[in-house]
Amino acid sequence: MTLAPETTDLKVQLQLADGWFTVCDLNRLLPGRGVAALLPDGRQVALFRDRRGELYAIDNRDPFSGAAVLSRGLIGTHQGRPFVASPLLKQRFDLVSGQCLDDESVRVGTYEVRAA
Amino acid sequence: MSTTPTIVLVGHGMVGQRFLEALAERGLTATHRVVVLCEEPRPAYDRVQLTSYFSGKSPDDLSMTDMEFIEKHSIELYVGDAAETIDREARKVTARSGNVFEYDTLVLATGSYPFVPPVPGKDAEGCFVYRTIEDLLAIEEYAKSRATTGAVVGGGLLGLEAAGALKGLGLSTHIVEFAPRLMPVQVDDGGGAALLRTIEDMGLTVHTGTGTQEIVADASGAVAGMKLSDGSELAVDMVVFSAGVRPRDQLARDCGLTVGERGGITVDEQCRTVNDPHVFAIGECAQAADGRVYGLVAPGYEQAETVAATIAADEASFTGADLSTKLKLLGVDVASFGDAHGTADDCLDVVYSDSRSGLYKKLVIGRDGTLLGGILVGDAEAYGTLKAFTGSVPPVSPESLVLPAGAGAPAQLGPSALPDEAIICSCNNVAKGTIRGAVTDHQCTTVPEVKKCTKAGTTCGSCVKVLGQLVNAELEAGGVEVDKGLCGCFSQTREELYEIVLALRITSYQDLLDRHGREGARGGDGCEICKPAIASIIASLAPTIGANGYVLEGEQAALQDTNDHFLANLQKNGSYSVVPRIPGGEIAPEKLIVIGEIARDFGLYTKITGGQRIDMFGARVEQLPLIWARLVDAGFESGHAYGKSLRTVKSCVGQTWCRYGVQDSVRMAIDLELRYRGLRSPHKLKSAVSGCARECAEAQSKDFGVIATSNGWNLYVGGNGGATPRHADLLAQDLSDAELIRLIDRFLMFYIRTADRLERTSTWLERIPGGLEHVRDVVVHDSLGICDELEKLMAAHVSHYRDEWSETINDPEKLARFVSFVNAPDAPDPVVGFVPERDQMKPDLPLLSIGMRPTESKEAALEGSAQR
Repeated sequence: MTLAPETTDLKVQLQLADGWFTVCDLNRLLPGRGVAALLPDGRQVALFRDRRGELYAIDNRDPFSGAAVLSRGLIGTHQGRPFVASPLLKQRFDLVSGQCLDDESVRVGTYEVRAA
Repeated sequence: MSTTPTIVLVGHGMVGQRFLEALAERGLTATHRVVVLCEEPRPAYDRVQLTSYFSGKSPDDLSMTDMEFIEKHSIELYVGDAAETIDREARKVTARSGNVFEYDTLVLATGSYPFVPPVPGKDAEGCFVYRTIEDLLAIEEYAKSRATTGAVVGGGLLGLEAAGALKGLGLSTHIVEFAPRLMPVQVDDGGGAALLRTIEDMGLTVHTGTGTQEIVADASGAVAGMKLSDGSELAVDMVVFSAGVRPRDQLARDCGLTVGERGGITVDEQCRTVNDPHVFAIGECAQAADGRVYGLVAPGYEQAETVAATIAADEASFTGADLSTKLKLLGVDVASFGDAHGTADDCLDVVYSDSRSGLYKKLVIGRDGTLLGGILVGDAEAYGTLKAFTGSVPPVSPESLVLPAGAGAPAQLGPSALPDEAIICSCNNVAKGTIRGAVTDHQCTTVPEVKKCTKAGTTCGSCVKVLGQLVNAELEAGGVEVDKGLCGCFSQTREELYEIVLALRITSYQDLLDRHGREGARGGDGCEICKPAIASIIASLAPTIGANGYVLEGEQAALQDTNDHFLANLQKNGSYSVVPRIPGGEIAPEKLIVIGEIARDFGLYTKITGGQRIDMFGARVEQLPLIWARLVDAGFESGHAYGKSLRTVKSCVGQTWCRYGVQDSVRMAIDLELRYRGLRSPHKLKSAVSGCARECAEAQSKDFGVIATSNGWNLYVGGNGGATPRHADLLAQDLSDAELIRLIDRFLMFYIRTADRLERTSTWLERIPGGLEHVRDVVVHDSLGICDELEKLMAAHVSHYRDEWSETINDPEKLARFVSFVNAPDAPDPVVGFVPERDQMKPDLPLLSIGMRPTESKEAALEGSAQR
């Protein structure tokens, strides 16, 4: 796997109520795939990086199954917007808004994320 | 009860069954009591396909009777009970069992019986007829135990089928035909010559223009030979009479109904007997209003419909029928249609004949250019189109319709040029207009849907190719943009993408998307549909195109579905299951103990799978490498249960242990499983090897299944269990080990090359134009000249195979991905919990709480989630 040298010392951080929470090194995120992170309060976040290097963070819990698996889904682009498809029953969620693209009444939580 | 009128049907053959269906369609089974007397020990079966029993179909496969249908419509079906007498005065039928049935309407569908010429010795032991499943079972038993040479009396349609069956049973086979050529009814001298040449090349001995004078029996009364009219004598030890059939009209004669001069119950245009308005006759036992007795199933079906309509007081009549036929006899296409023998005044023949390659095509053309009929031998490709044009002037010259490809470039006469009233399916009498209507009015978009909607193509199948062309033409004409693209990112089909990847040696998904994706998708992240599909194509071709075959390497890791990414199967609570490979289902006790110890140490739920291996459930992501380190150490490797790839090759114990086995099925299963392990394909691949015809490994329900014979192996393809079960089709018989493997290599690579994403071999075989015959042409006869390439691709796969799990546990960078949380790698996911059940454990399912929505509509939201 190739890593861009200038990003190796960058950290992925999530905006929580009490400030920026550092999760991991940026190079732990494989473009096109996600990882799960555990927050201090026990919540789980799914973090993604797309091929242009943009970062996204949503709830890891798949609302259709209850399992914490959204970080293991495949990401893609639908009409120019990034999404992740649940690995269980393949419902898609917009990575920016958390909106489910296959059921307009369902939405997952989102987080502000940065590389710093 | 007594007020319900009763219909008694005598005879439950193909025509009888169609009559019952026609009654049900008209709602008559609800208003009438329906009684059926069936003489044979089994209900209606497909007599047209009778010979397929010898290529592996069981009597059950041939059945045409859906017992649910019989029960649903409260039809009283008496199997194995023939009608003995009819009392027309009292309107009563007495059955052999002694049961007496009163009728308001009596329908005779007693069929016909085989004609046995009155030669001396015709009743000797070893003489058979060829008509029922029971006849075939008797022939098979005798041929296997007591005969080495057989003769078939009669070189017509059924005679050739019987000869093929004897040859298939390993007998030297003679055909004795009284007429000067084979198939005298269907073909002319030219066609007969082409047919003779091909059949003699197959090793059968044909005696035309010769009669049978006597069957010679030995001292024990068994057949020992036969004397022919030319003075010669054949040493044969069994004889099959197949010299035509005669209407079974004795029952009708006995009760005073009129029969024709050469037999057949005389009926009018409503198929009502001329003597008794309460009695009808249909099928081969009836002499129709045009004075003919029809020996084909299609006219019989039409008669069945006519009687049902008449009972329902609809207007219908049967005035005569088309005698067109298309058959594959001993592997040779033979078709005749319309006025095949040119009996009309002033008609002309257009003939193409090449007896060297066994081709003969003749068209009969009227003075005004109307196509009247024709005969095709050796290549009946154009049959569907030509038959439909019969009676009209084809839009191109007749000679261009019979010349072979390359000689004068024949016109491609598409079915779109046909008029709406042209009959496309003559078995079920479906016109082109009806098929178009299925697409335009009933929203059918595929051939299987149209078959279901119209019944076209469901009997002999010879029109399915034309159906496909019509459906596509209609969809395009209707402005229905048929987007065959893989997904929103690619406008190409999977097959087209495979060709692009192979031809341009593309090893990167992003490269493929940016160069060949749809305009709006280029530069994006693709989607969950195309990523795994392209990853699979690249993996299938990896050694050939120079890609890395390891699915977690580089960009490939980002393309895999979660199962392939973690090399395990995701279960509903987010845990995974683990399946090590157990080739052929054979496992030594030490290895069983290792699996048991691992399952115990990690607290896994264990279950035996349908594919003869062991599945361990409940592993968390971070446990997978620990489990696999121990499995690899004990000599296990990945079972690819998570991949769209070869799963297992099941086997029975075969001749090593089983007293019935005729080959070593376990060894073959292991060889096949090790050869094709890790092969990425459009969908999962399952296989099995059975050691004898008892088929304990259930090979006929697999993508490729192998059944041992005393001479080698039979290869079946396209089988499936699951939601839409399908029996596999026989691809080739009596193969040696090397021939079997070479054929499977080709078959699998051809499937991988041409199938759609997530299309199992069973649906693929139903979908691709030409179906099984086409696949056989390509992989057995190499009609596309690609077999060499297919074999090379497979050889490259086999030589480059590496175990994904042993590679992964030795790669620290890959192992780092197997963590629950990126910031807390050893903290188990608290959502994954278990509760005890039956001495093991099961997932403790997390409570569902759909975020951001009012709680009262939770149910509705869950239902909606299934829409996609």
